[in-house]
Amino acid sequence: MACSAGGFNVLFNMLKVFPGGLPIAIVVIVHRNARYETNIEESIMTKSHITVKVAEEKEPIRRATAYFAPAGYHLLIEPDHTFSLDISEPVNFCRPSIDVTLQSAADVYGPAIAAALLSGANQDGAQGMCAVQRAGGLCIVQDPREAAVKTMPEAAIGLGAADLILTNEELITFSRQLDTYI
Amino acid sequence: MSLSFENLEELIELVNHVHGFDLNGYSRASLKRRISRILDLYRLDFRGLKHNLINTSGFFYRFLGEITVNVTEMFRDPLFYVALREEVFPYLATFPHIKIWSAGCSTGEEVYSLAILLKKQNLYDRSFIYGTDINSKVLETAKQGIFDLGKMKVYSDNYLQTGCDDSFSDYYTAGYGAAAIHHDLRKNILFSIHNLVSDGVFNEFQLITCRNVLIYFDTALQERVFNLLYESLALFGFLGLGSKETLRSEHLRERFRLINKKQNIYQKIA
Repeated sequence: MACSAGGFNVLFNMLKVFPGGLPIAIVVIVHRNARYETNIEESIMTKSHITVKVAEEKEPIRRATAYFAPAGYHLLIEPDHTFSLDISEPVNFCRPSIDVTLQSAADVYGPAIAAALLSGANQDGAQGMCAVQRAGGLCIVQDPREAAVKTMPEAAIGLGAADLILTNEELITFSRQLDTYI
Repeated sequence: MSLSFENLEELIELVNHVHGFDLNGYSRASLKRRISRILDLYRLDFRGLKHNLINTSGFFYRFLGEITVNVTEMFRDPLFYVALREEVFPYLATFPHIKIWSAGCSTGEEVYSLAILLKKQNLYDRSFIYGTDINSKVLETAKQGIFDLGKMKVYSDNYLQTGCDDSFSDYYTAGYGAAAIHHDLRKNILFSIHNLVSDGVFNEFQLITCRNVLIYFDTALQERVFNLLYESLALFGFLGLGSKETLRSEHLRERFRLINKKQNIYQKIA
């Protein structure tokens, strides 16, 4: 799941309704300033049925857990299903970059990924969605008409990397019933 | 160009065989990304890359320069420097000579930041800083001590956040779009090649900083490097890691005291 400007509320609402015991892991990329401390993970955790935390380097990826990319680092996925952090150049002026994580997840998980790209003010994520699609994964994009900032969803749709375009209501329903789709 | 994990293993094998350079302990996802970048940069496919690595003299050093991450800033993570000044330097001040090792120093920004911080605390004259990296090209830049003037605004902003009240521009001379670090800050600094994977202990230090280097290694290599850093520290010496790096090994954790959790600074106590 990834978002930037204007996408956080929808993301938060999706995380809140994921069923407990979800048999998959969630990876969340949110663009945020590395300079300021935020405790969004803890605040979401209190309202969510799954574990919510910041991904730590070399941490094994577990089900029923949502991992946030730490601010200021790219988040990569290793073939042994652990996380790696990377502090190389920003991509699309972003670190964490959505493209970087999606590309890496596609490399490792192939068709076993679903990616959801929400509101945002730049084009980060569009290339990553293409990588997920090439790997056989499912690409979900927030309906640009309902996105607070439509640049990011539109960029992915423009590249043909949207299998499903969902309204906010549909995103929530999808999230609530996620375990029935797996 | 894309590269598969199988291709990657083949390259690791090849580089070890042909160049005696061991990339085995490197995190695969990062390495794959860096090497894919080289394929794009040089417009090569996998076969072309192998050909160049075997047959083109000098190519391997460019390859090595590209796979290592050389992103750094002066006073990056200002609060780390605040923690050094307030929690580490008072100890260092009790030593007649202070030896510092910046491991994986890249283009030297951290080394010069340490030099400025030491100078501010009147400790620089009895300090010596070793900056090491595996990449000889970045060390050339580090030795010159000349940086892009455009970056000084960010560095100056970082510097202000360390709570220093003087002007950052007092430490360099600006001209022709560049900023040259003052000579009096360079006299107690030595930059040299060192490979954390294959080279050993070369001195004993009161402070070692090794930040955002270990994240590129797998857990087995991380443990080996932690041992090297431990062996390289004087008793009651300090180790500064990147904020997301963890000292996992039980037997090493017992030999260190955590000084600052957020800034990830440890002191060797046994």
